[in-house]
Amino acid sequence: MVGAAWTIARKDLKQRLRDRSAYIIGIVAPLGLALVFGFVLNPLSGYEFDATYAVADLDGGPVSRIFVDNVLTNAEGIEVVEVASVAEAEALVDTEVTPLGGADDTNTADAAIIFPVGFSDDVQSERPVTIRVIGNQGSETDAGIAVALVEGYASELTSVRVAVATVENLVGGEVDRLATGVEVLQTPNPVTLRDDTASTKQLDGVTFYAAGMAIFFLFFTVQSGITGLLEERRTGTLARLLSSPITRASVLAGKMLSSFVVGLVSMVVLFVATTFAVDADWGPPIGVGLLILAAIVAALGIVSLLAGFARSAEQAAATGSMVGMVLGFLGGTFFDVSQAGGILATLRFATPHGWFMQGLADLRSDDLGVIVVPVLAMVAFGVVTGAIGLARLRKGLLP
Amino acid sequence: MTAPAGGPVLECSGIRKSFGDHAAVKGIGFSIARGETYGLLGPNGAGKTTTISIIAGLLEADAGEVTLGGEPMNPDATHTKRLVGLVPQDLAIYPDLGAAENLDFFGRLHGMKGADLRRRVAEVLEIIELTDRADDRTQEYSGGMKRRLNIGVGLLHRPALLILDEPTVGVDPQSRNAILDSVEQLGEEGMAVLYTTHYMEEAERLCDRIGIVDQGELIAEGSQADLVRIVGQRDRLTLTATGSLAATAIALGGLAPVDDAAVTDDGIALIVDRAHDHLPEILAVAGRTGSLVKSVDVDSADLESVFLKLTGRALRE
Repeated sequence: MVGAAWTIARKDLKQRLRDRSAYIIGIVAPLGLALVFGFVLNPLSGYEFDATYAVADLDGGPVSRIFVDNVLTNAEGIEVVEVASVAEAEALVDTEVTPLGGADDTNTADAAIIFPVGFSDDVQSERPVTIRVIGNQGSETDAGIAVALVEGYASELTSVRVAVATVENLVGGEVDRLATGVEVLQTPNPVTLRDDTASTKQLDGVTFYAAGMAIFFLFFTVQSGITGLLEERRTGTLARLLSSPITRASVLAGKMLSSFVVGLVSMVVLFVATTFAVDADWGPPIGVGLLILAAIVAALGIVSLLAGFARSAEQAAATGSMVGMVLGFLGGTFFDVSQAGGILATLRFATPHGWFMQGLADLRSDDLGVIVVPVLAMVAFGVVTGAIGLARLRKGLLP
Repeated sequence: MTAPAGGPVLECSGIRKSFGDHAAVKGIGFSIARGETYGLLGPNGAGKTTTISIIAGLLEADAGEVTLGGEPMNPDATHTKRLVGLVPQDLAIYPDLGAAENLDFFGRLHGMKGADLRRRVAEVLEIIELTDRADDRTQEYSGGMKRRLNIGVGLLHRPALLILDEPTVGVDPQSRNAILDSVEQLGEEGMAVLYTTHYMEEAERLCDRIGIVDQGELIAEGSQADLVRIVGQRDRLTLTATGSLAATAIALGGLAPVDDAAVTDDGIALIVDRAHDHLPEILAVAGRTGSLVKSVDVDSADLESVFLKLTGRALRE
């Protein structure tokens, strides 16, 4: 049976290779739409944070240096330009000389951060202190990020004050506040917060549309082999296949195998092409691979079901297109229905598309365990619908 | 793949098949020996294709038995199917593959492979005269070339029984002759051939024995000479005519020398004792009953006459 199935699948694949529409449906259309949707609807998807901050550390003490050396210098995308005076810092963020749209000149900065003289001592003595941030009017976003960084550090200092006071209470006397404070600031926080909310699991624009279009078109791509069975009945070649010394199961297996290979090739090409061409980040390859395999199983099952109840290849293709469109929309391949809330967000789980997109979003956590449910859900879709569809198709092989 | 020597290659008896309320085949039975070409002759819708679909294992019979080389045939009898080569009425070839690729594919399904398959593909391409076009996609072939390939696929695996279902439908005269030549040669080489047609001339030319099928029943069987004897020494008279053909046929049927009279597509067919002697009377009756006779053909009895005699209808009605 395996030999006959492979012979039929190989013949089908040879035919598909000679069919230009297969390339269009399987690769060109999803890739093109992914790029169009990804870039046109999400122009910021390729944005990378890149800011230059001028720092006038007039204090030079340990508390200000921790901010400059640890916070700013270690942050990704921030270039620090240290200056000696406030005037120099102000000059670098002067909007008169800053080009519109960002501080991309080496002589300008997106924001200036000024630590006053005596800053560290004032912190140690619990006197009110001020860190000045001067924003460049042409770089509102990057300047806002500078403000946020400074606010975060100020908040950290407040925490340190509390920590030092706690230590003094515990030892029953005064301690070296500066040394203790610095030690606390440099100690990694024992409690870390992992943000697993929906927003952190969102796919970026390019990846969302790359994956969305891939799964959307998968349901069209895999149709060829299975509905080809109905086409062979129309043209008469099915009679010749069935008069050969092979079982009906091998004919079905051959058709399923060719559909599976076509679907797999299409998905892998899209995965690789979008990863390397447009930096789509699908996630860990093993997890993505499992999701793709499960999605193909689901697509094969649903397409088999539709073909099993269709009277002709044309009817199967038309029904398959309609169902594919509806499932694609409900499953959130065109827009992220998980963010829509309400019934839309729930309905997506009635489609393999929804589970596929959810699985990819869950993979943001780099934990392969999170895709067990999406994979099982898609396989269940495929097994249930496929069992009914294949039973119908097998019965239909007897004229 | 040959059937065991000795008994007939094909034996079928009492085959019945209904589709809903319509009984397509009503107890047909016959056998074919090695090297014999057997013709199933009958009009469209007589049950020929249903019969061969059962024999080829595509359909399950409601009743009756089919054996090939002594092995029972049914849709799940994969071993028995090795003995059959089917040439369906439809062009059962893949248009986007070349002739060699089509042959290679179906050869593999019959378990052929390697050098044996390559050699046999080359042989069959020679037989069907497509060696020069072997790699061209068949969608670029003429109708006759496609028909020849359709036959080539059927005989690729050297079946014990080759079933050809109306293989010359829609074929130009030149290709038709080439197909008939090939079938004659296969019979001479010892292959058993089951040939269905509604063309009397083909059955007369090719078949050692002929079974006449009408409305799902085998109404006569034998060699051409045996069958013509049913009609006796009578002539087949064909009137090409227009006008009140039905009324004329009824009137002519009442004449003493006329055995049968039936309306055809373009006139009236009659079985007449010594047709030349009674021609004036026949033409007079035709004129009186409102038919305008344009031409008259008188032939000695043939299978067309037999069918008319047995059914009261023309073969191509």
